Amino acid sequence: MSKLPKSDEYFSKIKHDKTSGAEWMDTPTVIREGMFCYAAKPASVETLGLPFPREWNPLHEDWKLPENWKEIIHKGFRDRLERFRSFKVFMDICVRCGACSDKCHFFIGTGDPKNMPVVRAELLRSVYRNDFTKVGKILGKLGGARELTLDVLKEWWYYMFQCTECRRCSVFCPYGIDTAEITMMGRELLNLLGLNIDWIATPVSNCYKTGNHMGIQPHAFKDMLDFFVDEIEEVTGVLVEPQFNKKGADILFITPSGDVFGDPGTYTCMGYMILLHYLKVKYGLNITWSTYASEGGNFGLFTSNEVMKRLNAKMYAEAKRLGVKWILGGECGHMWRVINQYMGTMNGPADFLEEPVNPITGTKFENAKSTKMVHIVEFTADLIKHGKLDLDPARNDHLKVTFHDSCNPARGMGMLDEPRYVIKNVCNNFYEMPRNCIREQTFCCGSGSGLNASEDMELRLAGGLPRANAVKYVHDKHGVNMMACICAIDRAVFPPLMEYWVPEVDVTGLHEMVANALIIPGEKEKTVDLRGEDILDKEKVGTDEFYTRPSFSGR
Amino acid sequence: MPEVEFNGKTFTVDEDGFIDNYENWTEDWVQHVKKEEGIDEVNDEHKKVITMLREYYEKNGIAPMVRVLSKVTGFKLKHIYELFPSGPGKGACKMAGLPKPTGCV
Repeated sequence: MSKLPKSDEYFSKIKHDKTSGAEWMDTPTVIREGMFCYAAKPASVETLGLPFPREWNPLHEDWKLPENWKEIIHKGFRDRLERFRSFKVFMDICVRCGACSDKCHFFIGTGDPKNMPVVRAELLRSVYRNDFTKVGKILGKLGGARELTLDVLKEWWYYMFQCTECRRCSVFCPYGIDTAEITMMGRELLNLLGLNIDWIATPVSNCYKTGNHMGIQPHAFKDMLDFFVDEIEEVTGVLVEPQFNKKGADILFITPSGDVFGDPGTYTCMGYMILLHYLKVKYGLNITWSTYASEGGNFGLFTSNEVMKRLNAKMYAEAKRLGVKWILGGECGHMWRVINQYMGTMNGPADFLEEPVNPITGTKFENAKSTKMVHIVEFTADLIKHGKLDLDPARNDHLKVTFHDSCNPARGMGMLDEPRYVIKNVCNNFYEMPRNCIREQTFCCGSGSGLNASEDMELRLAGGLPRANAVKYVHDKHGVNMMACICAIDRAVFPPLMEYWVPEVDVTGLHEMVANALIIPGEKEKTVDLRGEDILDKEKVGTDEFYTRPSFSGR
Repeated sequence: MPEVEFNGKTFTVDEDGFIDNYENWTEDWVQHVKKEEGIDEVNDEHKKVITMLREYYEKNGIAPMVRVLSKVTGFKLKHIYELFPSGPGKGACKMAGLPKPTGCV
């Protein structure tokens, strides 16, 4: 990180005409530090029983591959073409029109032509043509086909882990090709040779062993929430009492473990706790946390279908064990892609749970009929709509807020209006970023799909540039000082991204703002928000000295 | 895994120079990280942070969240950065022999 130049200097060096004139196939890929994540640790690969755990280094010539690696990939490719109709279709129908090419944040931020979604897909498609189509076999390179060589495999690895599976490109594809699913297939194939990255493999292994990505054990999980209980009491004067593993509760609440551990997600977590307390005191709603199903996120999605299914199962097993009616899910990103698009046929149907109805308002969550899991933002929006929350948005008057549509809730489940409805009800100053980079066209944070490590910080800062650029626009125009988002990866990765490109803007989850605006029965007179910032002095945007980020590059 | 040598002792480390196993931590390791981090002297405040981190890790199998570290030691985050220029994770946890946290963080 220390090697990275200042942001304006970095920005001036980004060029989008980097081609040497040679065809992409004749342009060798050079694996460069700062642009990739470390290799998966063998212990984590072993825990999951996945193939070929070993120590290897992407910068070394020898990746210690099994002798028959080509055969393994060929067979894996064939199996997936047979199992996944979508994969076969996506391999066949692209006409290389280029509509997607300038829509990718990684291409915009790096200028690397192989980061155009069409070229990223061609990395796989060229081998598909060679191995599985007559045209490719006959015409060879002329027909866009090439053999799978060691260099090609390494190129796959480098670029499959320079895609965040955000699916912005898919929005612009006239054929509706889901490039994220191509990346997923690419990563599945690489996993057949033990070629995962550690920032995915270790969280997955942790989640498999202890129920969450961080590896937080049950007693530590409770300890962390107890810490928040004290903090909440200090600020509000109210003692909240979260329940754990409560049999017979109405609803099971599950959020990403990042919210429990990492700032500023921890304030979002305190926000959930305050809301759940409020609903218990006012309406007798009985919601429980679980120390077993203590992760909403699912890095299995970034590994393979099978691993995703294994991790997803625990949430439903816990819901069944506790006998709750349905599950309430927190502000997570990719969790909602897993639930909304795969759960139904993956671990479902979860017919031992009830079709979700908000017991306070009577609203039926039709969209969650099959998955039995409701997004907390939708739940809160419903409560606000029915006048069930006592809110004072002026308490957030020290904030000028913009909203980042997290990729998966936006494009993976169409959650576009509910977050805006909630924000407008809990604060008075809300400003949208330009329309071609919000809602379903939202720009990725640049660090999703398991790329939020620290060794690939250059990749992250480059990939996050388009989003940061739009934030800078609303900061310059309206004085925006806070970006709200509904994803734990967002909350973890935006602080260093903002620090680099727009240091004046901080990051918050939605429920931190909800809790700050909420008038809790029995609360003391509030002078500070959850971060300890003064809410009475409108001029001064104070900062919690425990939270203040000192000037540092990255984390 | 790579190895580093300090004072005649050999430690196995990961790509970021974190010790391979919490139990292999010794006073020599502290001195090694001190040199790497460019810390002049390991004073009582450094020791307080390291002791807190190790005790928490022993009990919970994970590093404490930054706010807990601040609260228990009484050091503001800014001061922790003054003590450990690479920060609570890459500086303090490394010196205390804890592994890096992973996930949505």
